[in-house]
Amino acid sequence: MPKLKAHFDRLSHLFLPLTVLVILIIINLIKGADYFKITMVNGAFYGNIPNILFGASELVILAIGMTLVTAASRGQDISIGESGAISSAIFVQYVLSAGEVTIWTILVGFLISCVAGLIIGAFNGTLVSFFKVQPMVATLILFLGGRSIAFIIDGKVSPILANEISNKIGTVIPGVPIQTPIILTAVFIVIVAVILKTTNLRLYVEAVGINPSAARLNGIDPKKVIFLTFLIMGVCAAVAGFIAVNKAGRHDSVNLLKFIMMDAILAVAIGGNSLGGGKFSITGSIIGAYTIEMLNRTLLRLEVNPEAIKAFKAVFIIVLMVVASPVVRVFVTKLFDKAKTIVAGYSAHQTGGLNKTVVSITDTTGKKEE
Amino acid sequence: MGALNTTKPKTRLSNSNLLFMIAGIIFVLMYGFALLSFPGSFLQFQTFFDLFNFNAALFIFTLGMCVVLIAGGIAISVGAGCGLGTMAWAMLLESGTGDGWGALLLALGIGLAFGLMHGYLIAYLEIQPFIITLAGMFLAQGLLTTLHKDPINVTKPAFVALRNYTIEIPWLGTVNRLGVFIPCEIKPGVIVVVVLVVLYAILMKWSRFGRNLYAVGGNSQSARMLGINVKKTVFFSYVICGLTAGIGGFVFLMTTGAGNIGNGSLFEIKAIASNVMGGILLNGGVGNLLGAPIGTLTLLTINELIRAAGVQSNLQAIVSGLLLYLFIMLQSIIMSLRGRSKFKLALPPWLKLQQPPDAEKAGNQE
Repeated sequence: MPKLKAHFDRLSHLFLPLTVLVILIIINLIKGADYFKITMVNGAFYGNIPNILFGASELVILAIGMTLVTAASRGQDISIGESGAISSAIFVQYVLSAGEVTIWTILVGFLISCVAGLIIGAFNGTLVSFFKVQPMVATLILFLGGRSIAFIIDGKVSPILANEISNKIGTVIPGVPIQTPIILTAVFIVIVAVILKTTNLRLYVEAVGINPSAARLNGIDPKKVIFLTFLIMGVCAAVAGFIAVNKAGRHDSVNLLKFIMMDAILAVAIGGNSLGGGKFSITGSIIGAYTIEMLNRTLLRLEVNPEAIKAFKAVFIIVLMVVASPVVRVFVTKLFDKAKTIVAGYSAHQTGGLNKTVVSITDTTGKKEE
Repeated sequence: MGALNTTKPKTRLSNSNLLFMIAGIIFVLMYGFALLSFPGSFLQFQTFFDLFNFNAALFIFTLGMCVVLIAGGIAISVGAGCGLGTMAWAMLLESGTGDGWGALLLALGIGLAFGLMHGYLIAYLEIQPFIITLAGMFLAQGLLTTLHKDPINVTKPAFVALRNYTIEIPWLGTVNRLGVFIPCEIKPGVIVVVVLVVLYAILMKWSRFGRNLYAVGGNSQSARMLGINVKKTVFFSYVICGLTAGIGGFVFLMTTGAGNIGNGSLFEIKAIASNVMGGILLNGGVGNLLGAPIGTLTLLTINELIRAAGVQSNLQAIVSGLLLYLFIMLQSIIMSLRGRSKFKLALPPWLKLQQPPDAEKAGNQE
């Protein structure tokens, strides 16, 4: 029983994102029962669920990086869209200058863009960790200037990335039934999961996020850990930019990944993470990211007026956050407790036995945890 | 506490005042540089006044944001709220039913409604301010596009008269080439800015509420221990921010005279940047309110400088980013130097923030 309880406690932070997901699925099923229908077109799966997985791929990757940054530095990186735009601009320039495009060109270009992402992450990370600037202010610099840098790298308005391999990365590889961005996202998630499982990253990040001074006294250098999270964020932004530019087929420095930081921060919050740092759950953030994409598509499916979509989204977020707020949670718990005592008192009155009361209490607690 | 401060004039400078001083010096340096490099335009008083004339709304938003930042929160919905407000008032004025006062009431109403909503959700339901104000931003943008999509030009004569109304300063001005004296002009919005700055400075410096804001922003836990009603303080900080944003929106409409979807977009980022330049930390509890207008002036001077230098439009954003970078580095280096050695400086007593000692302590930890 205690082991089971610990297990439930660990999963309790996923309560919010999963509830939202379930609510959205129910709304969609009410709208039309064919929500889960998946069709095969040209040997690949299409349908509502694959579309959500496809559409949210960049957001998921960015949300992972944002979770780490938020947990360690207690602030948010608002320049992720811009860093994605810069690194993907470098990728596009490399591929265009290479002449003949082979799989190796793409791979080398991707690695170069990752290095660019690392440099951007190092820039932000230095400001945050060594110069003790608040993350949102430090990343404001790139937020203001980043798109212009991307434009200058491009040299002209939106260079087109027209080659076979990019096209395959953006859509599907013949013979593989799942769209490539979904596979890339899955691979990225697995890599992150392996890193978190095999290294002490999670422990260090959480320690620094909860109390930097205490972490330092225990031999963890908060500066290095925060710097590391920003480096990871840079790589995440580069990967997201790579996927986005291959999906779009051209590099639009003005609109690529525009305002995605808002969605990424929202995904982190919906995932049950505190924006004030400390303990984090990557799983929650990933579910949160998919939830946001699902919400967007649900609003489109419900034929909400496109002008009003943002207002509906806002109302949904507010209701969600109210339901999940600590005050309401405490209130509901109290209500449950009250109901439990009434039920227990009632059953005790009915049977008159003390033992049965104890049993009924344990039963109700067990039910609640489920 | 006031008596204590006067008997010891050489007390250690608090972080708020140090940052404020840095902001002031940087502004003076920046403007001095502008004067030296472009004496033709910057030497005229009108150039200085135009910074206020065309950006009065930004000053007001920065003030509202400053109150929230000192209380340890953040409000990123001001820009979108301004857009919603201007569109609503433009529609009201154009529909022929409302007059200027009605529009002002509507402005305050919309601002107040957003402020109350944010304040209640953040203070009493303890939801993260970033998420709630982000939702507020989405809400305002959604409502704005639902209301009207095309720009509306306000043609109501009374309003146009108000928009074009300028106050001339007869003793200040420039003589043009023909020898004709042109007096300096300021817009009514500037008066609003000045009144609000004075009002808020008094509020933050001398009122109990202002001191509570510093205490709550510095360390809400210890503020609660001292018997400060933390929830109420946070709540009212958002209400004030909302009201200020309403006034700012009205001033914005008075400057541009049109309701447009793009109105006030990115104002939240500009307001945050201005506050940072004015030495108000995003962590809360640190910052002098007078830093907000100084920071805005610095930001605007930078923009004017870049424009005057004729930098290519793409480089403009990069240059302003770089200047922001230099500024932030300077601030951070001075703060860390202060942490290492004794860095003693004293402000004149009338500029000093008279915080309760505990709040100062909480601020110094940052």
